[in-house]
Amino acid sequence: MQISFTLNGRPTTVDVEPATLVAELLREQLNLTGTHIGCDTSQCGACVVHLDGLPVKSCTLLAPALDGASLLTIEGLQGAPGSNRMHPMQEAFREHHGLQCGFCTPGMLMTAVALATEKPNLTEADVRHGLEGNICRCTGYQNIVVSVMVGAAAMHAAKGE
Amino acid sequence: MGNVIGIGAAPKRKEDQRFLTGRGNYVSDIKRPGMTSGVFVRSPHGHAVLRGIDKSAALASPGVTAVLTGDDVADDGLGSLPCGWGITDAKGVPMKEPPFPMLAQDKVRFVGDMVAFVIAETPEQANAAAELLKVDYEVLPSVVGVLEAVRPDAPQLFDDVPNNICCDWELGDKAAVETAFKKAAHVAKLSLVNNRLIGNPMEPRAAIAEYEPGTDRFTLWTTSQFPHVVRFLMGALVLNIPQHKLRVVAPDVGGGFGVKQFHYGEEAVITWAAKRVRRPVKWVASRSEGYVSDRHGRDHVTEAELALDETGKFLAFRVNTLANMGGYLSTFGPNIPTNLYGPLLGGVYTTPAIYCNVKVVFTNTVPVDAYRGAGRPEATFVLERIVDVAASEMGIDRVEIRRRNMIPKEAYPYQTPVLVQYDSGDPMGCLDGALVAADVKNFGVRKAASASKGKFRGLGYSTYVEACGLAPSRFAGRLGARGGLYESATVRVHPTGQVTVMIGTHNHGQGHETTFAQIVSDKLGVAFENVDIVFGDTDRVQFGMGTYGSRSLVVGGAALSKATDKVIVKGKKIAAHLLEASEGDIQFEAGKFSVAGTDRIKTFEEIAGAAYVPHNYPLEVLEPGLEEQAYYDPVNFTYPGGCHIAEVEVDPETGTVTLVNYTAVDDVGTVINPMIVEGQLHGGIVQGVGQALFENAVYDEGSGQLLSGSLMDYCMPRADHLPMMKVATHSTLCTHTPMGVKGCGEVGTIGSPAAVINAVVDALSHLGVTHVDMPATPNRIWRLLQNASLPVAAE
Repeated sequence: MQISFTLNGRPTTVDVEPATLVAELLREQLNLTGTHIGCDTSQCGACVVHLDGLPVKSCTLLAPALDGASLLTIEGLQGAPGSNRMHPMQEAFREHHGLQCGFCTPGMLMTAVALATEKPNLTEADVRHGLEGNICRCTGYQNIVVSVMVGAAAMHAAKGE
Repeated sequence: MGNVIGIGAAPKRKEDQRFLTGRGNYVSDIKRPGMTSGVFVRSPHGHAVLRGIDKSAALASPGVTAVLTGDDVADDGLGSLPCGWGITDAKGVPMKEPPFPMLAQDKVRFVGDMVAFVIAETPEQANAAAELLKVDYEVLPSVVGVLEAVRPDAPQLFDDVPNNICCDWELGDKAAVETAFKKAAHVAKLSLVNNRLIGNPMEPRAAIAEYEPGTDRFTLWTTSQFPHVVRFLMGALVLNIPQHKLRVVAPDVGGGFGVKQFHYGEEAVITWAAKRVRRPVKWVASRSEGYVSDRHGRDHVTEAELALDETGKFLAFRVNTLANMGGYLSTFGPNIPTNLYGPLLGGVYTTPAIYCNVKVVFTNTVPVDAYRGAGRPEATFVLERIVDVAASEMGIDRVEIRRRNMIPKEAYPYQTPVLVQYDSGDPMGCLDGALVAADVKNFGVRKAASASKGKFRGLGYSTYVEACGLAPSRFAGRLGARGGLYESATVRVHPTGQVTVMIGTHNHGQGHETTFAQIVSDKLGVAFENVDIVFGDTDRVQFGMGTYGSRSLVVGGAALSKATDKVIVKGKKIAAHLLEASEGDIQFEAGKFSVAGTDRIKTFEEIAGAAYVPHNYPLEVLEPGLEEQAYYDPVNFTYPGGCHIAEVEVDPETGTVTLVNYTAVDDVGTVINPMIVEGQLHGGIVQGVGQALFENAVYDEGSGQLLSGSLMDYCMPRADHLPMMKVATHSTLCTHTPMGVKGCGEVGTIGSPAAVINAVVDALSHLGVTHVDMPATPNRIWRLLQNASLPVAAE
């Protein structure tokens, strides 16, 4: 079947088998391999993308659900237009060593941006609770939590300007 | 021009840009023209005779290219998966080493054992065809626990391995230990289980293989921590592919922790299959598949006894362990519970006599091998637990009993009675630092505050040492290693002065691209951004043993340091010629060659240029070019260690243990990048906390089914399980590595389980609890409290 949606700001039309998962569509058909698949039980969160602004696990979402929607993946996450910089959350992760092997990182970032968008003043407890659906095996989460708090503050500071 | 960034600085990581923007290059991201998809058919039984496989329906399924089984492997005369270590028993008898076929022949020995490989145009077609494969099993009883496996009536995995014992290994002076026990004022005894773990790197394993008929060359892309070792083991010992015809690439790898430091049967099957079907073949494991095929870790049952004199001095330590090997010997399997376990039983103490017996046992479970720490967390757990038991029984404070037995700083180098000689260390300094950092003196106040909420608070210590930087080849060879454990590095200076390093270690999260670039920037005075690190490709990197055992900086960094020194030596010869001075008068500092005592200089870039445009150059005595290579074989292990202090709160209503504070003060030698070292400590500690509180691989006795076979059944630590940890370093310098480094990848995982469980036991000690097995789950603690509370209530 044919579906049309907005992918990282660009109108996109693709032919898909109805049983295709969004994660597979992105990785196999659209060559956007930044969205990772780390499990088969919707536990790890490496595949998180934004569907109409909300974080979803793309390994459990069928492609037809995209029709008419807007999808943001890690490849579309970027800083202020024209700034040539990364998104403040990406910069915070780099600044505070919020990643090691990088495999969970795209999903972590997408979840973190959604968390920060949802709530302006995140506490440490908010961040830890909000990251429950994203597993990292490398960092012990400490620097991820720090990164998310710094990144969230930077996002809101940028908005306030 | 960029900046020189030296040793001790904390630049942001070079590798981060690609990972943050979704541009990493993991094996599962790679597509090759004409690629097919492969699926492994795995045994659903723990133990069964393989009576026959009917391929016909699977072969007729749409899109299927090939169906391969153990019979095809046998027909092609391929080898068995090799074990890299051969241990021997006390009499020098070699371990039992049954073959480990890459696809099962005659019998399957664990749930997940591979019986066939189905190749089709798409993954969906391959999966559909795999469902149609008819495998005739005669199911046998399984045995999964080590205690059960050594019983005389236990199911036997192999006809020629009586009682399923692979090797009855020992270390130490048994007679001296017995004598010391006779003189002891007190003997502390402890029985414990070191729980079985599943490493779970976030990237599942994957592989792609391709065969080029025109050149008769194979390429294997694989999620590996050691591509050169895979090339050697697979090419030379399994598939009979000449080394120069085989390229192994391990690109970005999403975490390893040991799970990816073995040569797996999947790699061999896929490479072999690629030539048979003349098309590239790709396989990506699902997480569930990883649970029944990634090598597991730990799984010991241990009885330990510590003999003490009346003042609490340790006289002797005796340890008897049964260690689970699973269904076959994996690459490093038998080395882990023996050579990486027994020699660590001295810990940071002056115990004069130690004896350790380990029975290495086959069971119907996934093969067990190294997982972060590998042997050393198990040793630390036994020792640090029994020290607490002894302290409690003798009425000595837990910190005081440690102090009375610790090796003083001035006693280093210190020869232990169990092979290893510690070169340097200051355990007392780490302990003192941790006591302050953890605010132990106000623990009573915090305990009272917890009590007022109805919670039990406990504090636990672990003062530990480990052996890493694997390894001195000669020493390892005496212990049974079948390979060398050196490392190699090439420093290629380009004509413009930028540098590319080719190194044999593998970066899968440890930040090597940054740390190694700092070393080069520091030593050559080259800008940090002008140094790139290449790894993970046998066609680009000369050779290497890979990354495990906290060896990358210790052994690989040393090779890099040596190669860099050679560049400077050659640069001085070129500079001497250009500056018309004698070589002995040339100094090199901050990227400049100068004639001592003059202002005559040549920059590093000028020397690089002269080396590649040798018009004015001593060609009679010196080759053009500026590229140097070094191999480094360490003279000893390194011995990082430290003190970890855990603080927990137990809710008696639910049995939930909450880790509320964690402090680590570790001696990792010279710190190249403190940001990266802290990150390694955080991650390592949490993996140990996972073992102590959450993680447990559980098999069903009899059927051999893995009951904890998904992320929903096997509890991984999550962000809201953890407090902010305090980590710091208290370093003494390693005396034998070029930069004084000791390694930091595993210390967290080695030190933390004992600290956490000691804290849990402390929290419950008023109820008469003397030991808690890992993981200290709410279920386990709640049951313990129900049993413990009865006599307490009756008093």
